[in-house]
Amino acid sequence: MTDQPTLITGRAFWRGFRRNRIAVAGLAMLLIALAAAVFAPAVAPYDPYAPVAITVESIYQRPGPAHWLGTDDAGKDVLSNFIFGARVSLTVGIFASFISVVIGGLIGISAGYFGGRLERWLMRFTDFMLVIPDLPLIVVIVAITRPSLTNIILVIGLLGWTTTARLVRSQTLSIKERKFVLRARSIGAGHLHILRRHIFPLVLPLLVVNSVLIISLAILNESTLSFLGLSDPTRISWGQMLNYAFERGAMSSRAWWVLVTPGFGIVWLVLGFTLLGHGLEQVLNPRTEWHHLTDHPRMVSLPAPLNPQP
Amino acid sequence: MTPALRLVSLKKHFAAGRAGFFHRDPRLVHAVDGISLEVAHGEILALVGESGCGKSTLALTLLGLEKPTSGEIHFEGTDVTHLRGAALKDMHRRIQMVFQDPYESLNPMMTVEEAVAEPLEVHSLLKNSAARRTRVIQALEDAGLKPADSFLDRLPHQLSGGQRQRVVIAAALVLEPTILLADEPVSMLDVSIRAEILNLLAEIRARRSITILFITHDFGTIAHFADRIAVMYLGRIVEIGATEEVLRDPQHPYTQALLSAVPVPNPRLRQKRLILQGETPNPIDLPSGCRFHPRCPVAEDRCRLTDPPAVPLSATHSAACLLVED
Repeated sequence: MTDQPTLITGRAFWRGFRRNRIAVAGLAMLLIALAAAVFAPAVAPYDPYAPVAITVESIYQRPGPAHWLGTDDAGKDVLSNFIFGARVSLTVGIFASFISVVIGGLIGISAGYFGGRLERWLMRFTDFMLVIPDLPLIVVIVAITRPSLTNIILVIGLLGWTTTARLVRSQTLSIKERKFVLRARSIGAGHLHILRRHIFPLVLPLLVVNSVLIISLAILNESTLSFLGLSDPTRISWGQMLNYAFERGAMSSRAWWVLVTPGFGIVWLVLGFTLLGHGLEQVLNPRTEWHHLTDHPRMVSLPAPLNPQP
Repeated sequence: MTPALRLVSLKKHFAAGRAGFFHRDPRLVHAVDGISLEVAHGEILALVGESGCGKSTLALTLLGLEKPTSGEIHFEGTDVTHLRGAALKDMHRRIQMVFQDPYESLNPMMTVEEAVAEPLEVHSLLKNSAARRTRVIQALEDAGLKPADSFLDRLPHQLSGGQRQRVVIAAALVLEPTILLADEPVSMLDVSIRAEILNLLAEIRARRSITILFITHDFGTIAHFADRIAVMYLGRIVEIGATEEVLRDPQHPYTQALLSAVPVPNPRLRQKRLILQGETPNPIDLPSGCRFHPRCPVAEDRCRLTDPPAVPLSATHSAACLLVED
């Protein structure tokens, strides 16, 4: 164990994590969604991609024993659509936020660490991207390219890095002024060493928390796009379910189950990631760990033993 | 024998304002303004002076982190003033620094072992992990952290202030430097721990014959510790001499004023304090003549005109004051 000193921090992290109810709740919500998405073919009662044989009766059926959450405008099982829809949301969320965080992290760290002209250019570019309203731009780009899953991931990921870049830059600015960076420079360490051993490890917790929070934004963006009709038509997603429901008269048919179900899924995932993100933020502060004095339990006064009366 | 360190009228000036596109502020901050100094092998030299007198800039310049404006730095007989790249990095191996604040000078995410092994990693020394660990343990024990194994996996927040400063010292020793720069290494520590760290430094000097440049503003901590004292004022050395000479018989009025401000525990031995008037002048607009004259209690008219040279008082003692000559 002494070969891997990081193991201690890892275990301490897990200890802190389990004590944090918010983080655990978020993680539990996400694990349920993840399991549903991964094992969707086994969990879902029907295959949503099977060809439909539609009858008047099968449209907008109320929830019942055959269809627990009713059917949609094409007579398809809403529960099965719902379970398969989680796949798209999670895929888009995770991959798009990964792209965002990598770009934002690179730009933020290089701007904050190197400063000077590089910082001015990078930050002006970031500001430029920040003031462009994301959604109209995403809509335009997706409409021009083709609304495939890859395109949607790329567009959301390539436009969502601005806040990360600004956060990481400010964190880098404060870390690079700290004395241990000066000490590393006085040893003769180069930029690569300082970035790798001092800046990155201290920015990493921020990146982790940020990526978890950005996933929920990406999921919302994807749902919005699908709701506006810019979804990959070959894949069922929650936004697409909402889009069809609105366009095909679910409101006037009073088919609330078609609307509430995908909405609930979006809220579930976004809430799960947000809770996990905030929980992680609390846990990843290393100073909430133990103090050098807690090593010696004798320094804490023990309660006096009760005097047994003769 | 060649001195471990020789400085020849070393200067470091900074631009006072930000250089804009349309205007350039021509004023300069004279942080280090002509320091000539020789330090022998195994000597402890204390650099004393108020905040802002250029002590820390001098240290950063010696470490090669700031380029000197003019002057020369000779290190064991070789001129290292204009080194770059690999040669500069090699020089870093032989000058190491202990910083003031042990709470800030350790990365909170790095274990003690990683922090002490970092200089070895930077200089690609002892790539064999077992050999590296042996050297780290040796350095930790030299710095008084025993048993060293029990500290290897600790993080900085699991250590006390004194222990942290010992880790920093161990990290400075691990490359076996010839010069140790110590920038107020005990000022952030509890009084009870100060003596321990000072003893540790003295012991290291005795064992490894390391030259120590001890930067401080506190006469109390250096009286029993330094071989020589150099008093700095506004980027210059105004008085230098063996500790005994400077403390017993200070010649420069600035040194006299500093010494009179040192608290004396016995009230019967207390003397009248020489309180300096005004504040340290701005190192941007230096006073004419002797740069101490606006605050000097014994200044004369000629002090306004002549910048005094260092006047030798004995083989080791000299002071830069016109009045000393008389």
